[in-house]
Amino acid sequence: MISSIKKLVKDFSLGELRAGMKITAKELVNKKITVQYPEEKTPISPRFRGLHALRRYPNGEERCIACKLCEAVCPANAITIESEMRDDGTRRTTQYDIDLFKCIFCGFCEEACPVDAIVETQIFEYAFVDSREGSIMDKAHLLEVGDKNEKMINQTKLEDSKYT
Amino acid sequence: MVLWQSFVELVHELIPWFDGSIATILIILIKAIALVIPLMLVVAYFTYAERKVIGYMQLRIGPNRVGPKGWLQPIADALKLMTKEIIFPTKANIYLFLLAPILAIAPAIAVWAVIPFDEGIYVANLDISLLYVLAIGSIGVYGIILAGWASNSKYPLLGALRSASLLVSYEIVIGFALVTVVMIAGSVNLNDIVMAQKGGVMHWYWIPLFPMMIIFFISALVETNRAPFDVVEGESEIVGGTHVEYSGMTFAVFFLAEYANMILMAVLAVIMFFGGWHSPFEGIPVVESMFAWVPGIVWLLAKTSFFMFLYLWVRATFPRFRYDQIMRLSWKVFLPWTIVWIFVVALMTQLKIGPWF
Repeated sequence: MISSIKKLVKDFSLGELRAGMKITAKELVNKKITVQYPEEKTPISPRFRGLHALRRYPNGEERCIACKLCEAVCPANAITIESEMRDDGTRRTTQYDIDLFKCIFCGFCEEACPVDAIVETQIFEYAFVDSREGSIMDKAHLLEVGDKNEKMINQTKLEDSKYT
Repeated sequence: MVLWQSFVELVHELIPWFDGSIATILIILIKAIALVIPLMLVVAYFTYAERKVIGYMQLRIGPNRVGPKGWLQPIADALKLMTKEIIFPTKANIYLFLLAPILAIAPAIAVWAVIPFDEGIYVANLDISLLYVLAIGSIGVYGIILAGWASNSKYPLLGALRSASLLVSYEIVIGFALVTVVMIAGSVNLNDIVMAQKGGVMHWYWIPLFPMMIIFFISALVETNRAPFDVVEGESEIVGGTHVEYSGMTFAVFFLAEYANMILMAVLAVIMFFGGWHSPFEGIPVVESMFAWVPGIVWLLAKTSFFMFLYLWVRATFPRFRYDQIMRLSWKVFLPWTIVWIFVVALMTQLKIGPWF
């Protein structure tokens, strides 16, 4: 009896509606969780797989030995490699293209590489707005990305090495 | 009013060859412009407030890129809509198509003529101003129905049909709810209704007419096609209802009309149930004299902004009603309640209960 009267009072005083409006009123003054992207950024994991880069040894020699393991493992067939013998008798690439249209950023190339030459960096703010050619990364471009970000690549790979 | 009289005299003095009738027309024109321009500004910043408040209630921060804290956002929106192309559907009736937004906005602005903002501050003082508000307010639906028909498209037509049936149902409820106010005030002049509520919070009509106030507010939500009753637009069901085929300025005009109507309903709720321009501190000994210097229009606008905030609050909180549920709410819940309350009010007036009669 009393419970049914209580329900009647609650219904006629719009109890459910008041409960809902109380929640929204509370959220009105709560702290906002928006991240204002260009000014603020969320932290990125060291294992993040972003734009590719080709690395060099500290003495300036490029690491890649054209073993074509990355080309073989690539599930999207995004990598194209041509190679020949250099004058000092080592095998090096003449062409190393990554087609970013095809690439699915799975990170298999990085895992397959025996000399840690191809890596995926934390860079994700690349946009090829006006050139199709820009999204097919050639060897020079990849090496340039590697040279520019060698310090960052070193740091993230070191952080991640504990868990691999 | 003294300022107004001296202004009229100034016009007569400066331009003596003006005869009375031209001056009168000019003064009416100035009054109308002085009403419409602030109204449009309020509408513009009401859209900004809507986006901000709903954003805050959803733990976002809303627009904050154009100008400091996003203050220029409404101006950017207006510029964008003005520069957009107006697209006419191939088989649409172009004359009706263009007439529809005009029919929507003209009544929405015309209704404001009889709204009293303070003692003696209004464009026109009609003796039947409440009837005028209801009559002209209902014409606005022609704009929506015409828009739905003239677009020659199925979703606008569905939206227009919904709008028509909603308006028919809820106009009755609003009418009955306001009849109770008229019964207590004994007048259909908005000025007289406000004057009858003089004497502090306890004398306002929201106490004897509390259920009517809630019913009026909810019906106002339906009348202005606001969430949770925005089935006329119903983005998730009929894309955008009557707005589907409209773009650029024609769409902006519909938008202005909708928001002008929302603000009108908020003002009407204040005038009918919350004492219009009367200070809430009337009748309290010390506080009354402390706030005596505040002009009545400030109180009116403050109360109105609360109701406008309530619109946004409700929109951020509740999911959309199903169409048949809205109809049920009107005919099976609100209408019986208002009719019962008319008899209750009649009894209260005869028995002279409380300070209201």
